[in-house]
Amino acid sequence: MHDYLRLAYRSLKERKIRSLLTILGIFLAIITIFVLLSLSLGLKDFVDDQFEMLGGDKFFIQPKGSATGFGGEGAVELTLDDYEVVKKIQGVDKVTYFVLGNGKIEFNEKTRYYFVLGLPEDEKEAQLVFEASGIEIEDGRWLKGSDNNKILMGYNYGYRKLMGKKIKPGDNIEINGVEFEVAGIVSEVGNPGDDQQVYINLNDFRELFNSGDRVDMLWIEIKEGEDMAEVSGRVKKKLMSFRDVDEKTIDFSILTPDEIMETFGNIFNILIAFLLGIGAISMIVGGIGIANTMYTSVLERKKEIGTMKAVGARNEDILTIFVIESGILGLVGGGAGVIVGIGIAKGIEYGAKVVFGVDMLRASMNPWIIIGSLAFAFVVGVLSGFLPSYQASKLKPVDALRYE
Amino acid sequence: MVERKKKTNNEIIRLKNVAKWYKAGDEIVKAVDGVDIVINKGDFVAIVGPSGSGKSTAMNLVGALDIATKGDIFLDNINIEKLHESDLAQIRGRKIGFVFQTFNLIPTLTALENVTLPMIFQRVPYEERVARAKELLTKVGLDHRLTHLPNMLSGGERQRVAVARALANDPEVILADEPTGNLDTKRGEEVAQMFNKLSDEGKTIILVTHDMYVAKHADRIYKLKDGKIENKSGRK
Repeated sequence: MHDYLRLAYRSLKERKIRSLLTILGIFLAIITIFVLLSLSLGLKDFVDDQFEMLGGDKFFIQPKGSATGFGGEGAVELTLDDYEVVKKIQGVDKVTYFVLGNGKIEFNEKTRYYFVLGLPEDEKEAQLVFEASGIEIEDGRWLKGSDNNKILMGYNYGYRKLMGKKIKPGDNIEINGVEFEVAGIVSEVGNPGDDQQVYINLNDFRELFNSGDRVDMLWIEIKEGEDMAEVSGRVKKKLMSFRDVDEKTIDFSILTPDEIMETFGNIFNILIAFLLGIGAISMIVGGIGIANTMYTSVLERKKEIGTMKAVGARNEDILTIFVIESGILGLVGGGAGVIVGIGIAKGIEYGAKVVFGVDMLRASMNPWIIIGSLAFAFVVGVLSGFLPSYQASKLKPVDALRYE
Repeated sequence: MVERKKKTNNEIIRLKNVAKWYKAGDEIVKAVDGVDIVINKGDFVAIVGPSGSGKSTAMNLVGALDIATKGDIFLDNINIEKLHESDLAQIRGRKIGFVFQTFNLIPTLTALENVTLPMIFQRVPYEERVARAKELLTKVGLDHRLTHLPNMLSGGERQRVAVARALANDPEVILADEPTGNLDTKRGEEVAQMFNKLSDEGKTIILVTHDMYVAKHADRIYKLKDGKIENKSGRK
């Protein structure tokens, strides 16, 4: 095998430019595939991490139709009454909630529109929201239940100059024209949506948005040892009866971690399939390049093939030599593609984090993507080169020798 | 299934009523037409004839590079017309050494590597084949050209590499098709002398040529015309 490798290598080296151009096709295809896969799997890892942080003992209730955005003007609302009902259900340990509104945020003569979260005044309940997202205090302090017109700012306000300059605890900032004093800056979540949010007490929120008893999401933590499906089922039943709805008219949805993960999983699978489809097309183009090169090579080297047969090469020897050649084209293109792909994916990860503050775009360096990309490149190389190689192996020695 | 002929004396090649016909349009070209030849071990035979006389076709048939339309060809008492391509490849590799008019060296391989090539296909271990290739290249006077690529060698040197390659697996038969055709008289004579030497060492040589001067080195000359043997002459 070592000898055949050397024969194949020599022949590729002899046709340097053509080999390089052929390799370029596979190289670009593998870069595309590698970067797309690496980033989408990185995104999946990020989401998985977030859910791990959330823990398997929490589930959520939100009004139906809220997919269009929290705090919308939809007819369906959950209220604090629902919260009170859920709190008393057997198996439920803790319940918390939040309200969302779109705030006009003014500071440093700049105006921005971002989400404002209204949190329960019960500090423990408010903490639950942060804990589940892995958010800690970065600078300053948490909100107290007694705080009025105090505000917690997302990470990007304090560390990414979202408003032109850094905001520090003690600064004053206007939300919808009302002045708030910054109590603290929270730690980074990693996605701009969360890192641009601000948090205020429910009382302030009600005044600011005139939201009454509305809540936009209930977070339920079940008691230790309780079964998620059982408790969530019980909550659903009780809440349906309290809200006087049946299976047809139900106006809220319960999201358990399993369901959310499944939905995300499905979306990711579609995304990855789509991206792989794009990659596959570029790979086909690369494969056609290899096949083309190998056909030309067989034609050019007919006499050489004849000579090898005359000195004792069997059909399978010729087939092996040529298949190795096309395999090398694939593998070298794949190897270079993976190396550059790692660089590009890492560059995108770095750029997204530094420039846009996005932590979601992580380049996954799962060894299987690397091994898979290399194996794929090799297999495409071998398959594309197989027909020309087979043709070469089947040449009659006398015809091949006669070829000029 | 290898068909063996009853072993008779010293015989290495026997062509029995061998014919090779081609179809060229509607016409059938009888390149070789009913040839009977017996060649014994150690013979130095020349096949001569004008272009198109069928001498190269005959050589291709004897060398198992082509298959006869009819007749039988026995090589070392094995009927090669009955063998599959992979068996034929093995026979070519082990029993026959080819020398071509255009040298047919692999351009990407050095002189040494070209000589080791037939041994690769016979799975000869690396050290063994390199030692053998060096020995053969020394024998043809090219020990100073081991790492040269064919395009760095003169015509005469290339043909000597080809002769060394033909000897790589120590075959019993050397088939040379116009081996001096691309060489000047002096280099041609050197190569012809080389065949004499190999014949003296006991190799069976079959030389196809249209050059009577070169053919005269052989012990026996078969003259081919229109695919048939016109006459046979010999020194021995």
